[in-house]
Amino acid sequence: MKSGSTLEQVLADGKFAVTAELGPPKGADPQVIIDKANILKGHTDAVNITDNQTAIARMSSMAAAKIVIEQGMEPIMQMTCRDRNRLAMQSDILGAAALGIRNLLCLTGDHQSFGNHPQALGVFDLDSVTLIRMVRDMRDGPQFQCGDEITFAPELFIGAAANPYADPFPFRAVRLAKKVDAGIDFCQTQIVYSVDKFEEFMRQCRELGVTERCKILAGVAPLKSAGMAKYMKNRVAGMDVPDEVVERMGAAEDSQDEGIDVCVEIINRVKEIDGVAGVHIMAVEWEAAVPEITKRAGLKPGSAE
Amino acid sequence: MITAERKPFEQIKAVTDQFENILVVGCNTCVAVCLTGGEKEAEQLASQLRLQRQKDGIGGSVETLTVLRQCENEYVDAIAAQVEGKDLILSTACSIGPQLCADRYPKVRVAPAMNTNMLGMVKQHHVWTEYCAACGDCGIFNTGGICPIARCAKTLLNGPCGGSQGGRCEISPDVPCVWQQIYDKLASFGIEGNLSRIGGPKNWAKSNSGGPRTMKKEGFEP
Repeated sequence: MKSGSTLEQVLADGKFAVTAELGPPKGADPQVIIDKANILKGHTDAVNITDNQTAIARMSSMAAAKIVIEQGMEPIMQMTCRDRNRLAMQSDILGAAALGIRNLLCLTGDHQSFGNHPQALGVFDLDSVTLIRMVRDMRDGPQFQCGDEITFAPELFIGAAANPYADPFPFRAVRLAKKVDAGIDFCQTQIVYSVDKFEEFMRQCRELGVTERCKILAGVAPLKSAGMAKYMKNRVAGMDVPDEVVERMGAAEDSQDEGIDVCVEIINRVKEIDGVAGVHIMAVEWEAAVPEITKRAGLKPGSAE
Repeated sequence: MITAERKPFEQIKAVTDQFENILVVGCNTCVAVCLTGGEKEAEQLASQLRLQRQKDGIGGSVETLTVLRQCENEYVDAIAAQVEGKDLILSTACSIGPQLCADRYPKVRVAPAMNTNMLGMVKQHHVWTEYCAACGDCGIFNTGGICPIARCAKTLLNGPCGGSQGGRCEISPDVPCVWQQIYDKLASFGIEGNLSRIGGPKNWAKSNSGGPRTMKKEGFEP
């Protein structure tokens, strides 16, 4: 074991992991996090704490992760390269480990032009791949990016994102392999709606030996309405929503119920794909959907077994 | 070349209104080639200012001249006689020009008429696009002769990121994904496999981030 994280243990035991997402508030109230955590508690192995997601300023992922730990849950702290240089990142990584955070998801981050501070300087001193390698070296060296010795290594289970739906498609599995070479232990994918394409991506991952060296959690998300399905299809970069899903959402009488059903069906399909070690449920600002999805999919968190 | 575009007239006027005798100084190098701050454009700006000031009842004078290169002492020093008696030098050069004027004529106020924006390539007539970030550590041999520092919105060294779709960048459908271009270029040589090697981290100390830079040509010390 590299980190003492529950997620690492669950995956090492070969159990199917369930993670979800918890976005910090646009304010300083810890109660918002406590309320969201209470909805997700008992239904997940760990929860991702987003880092200024879509470049919108929010409470820091490290602080929110600590509050989640106080609720008896395990956080996966997200860290993007957009807002900090390597000095700030390394001090935050050491601080996070000192606070008991054991999972770190390394991301490049959405461009600042998407968010509410489009005039901000985009830092991007590192990118996701060089961030991963830095964290790996901090843990296993243990050393800083500059080569200086670290006196007490941060014990972290290192993750990344992978998007099977971005271009060029033949490069997506190669890019994930690159992140594995850099040092990740697990990855969570972009939301899967087109299972066929995801299957092909997973086949490429197996061919490259990625699935033997990295636990892959398939990203899923319940659609709330036909409008959301259309928006995801047409407006969100790197998303692939098949027409049949959009049509199904449009035809549904109770679109929320249908959205959960679609999500459960996707979970049931990806579970059968060789190399899929768990699911990551992204019900952003709809945390209440998570217990319903896990119930209908018959999923129990690996840590609860 | 260095590209620069003229500030909106209202912004320039807000500055020039505070001064009586103005010298508009054009530059006949980069900004002349990009048709924004050469002799013709400097004269146009000067006459626009004269007309406006006449209308507004502001006295004084607006003269103009253009030098070959506003980034070299000898050309800037050569206009001393025309600068004499002026309250403001309004430069239509890239930002180097007004800075050098401020240095050579310390008693005269200086204002830029331009916003300097990039080291650009002439994509087609009257269209320039950013190609170089002057990072001081050129690595484009590894990326098919295409610079991701200047041309990727996130200066990635391990792209394309998850926001690349259909050859376009996530920030705008008008922006090509430079990492798709790099991938295609390497694939045309059959060496796209090189992209499985980890790039970076970048040494930003060689860029402006390491502090203002000075270049000296060996063997030509003064």
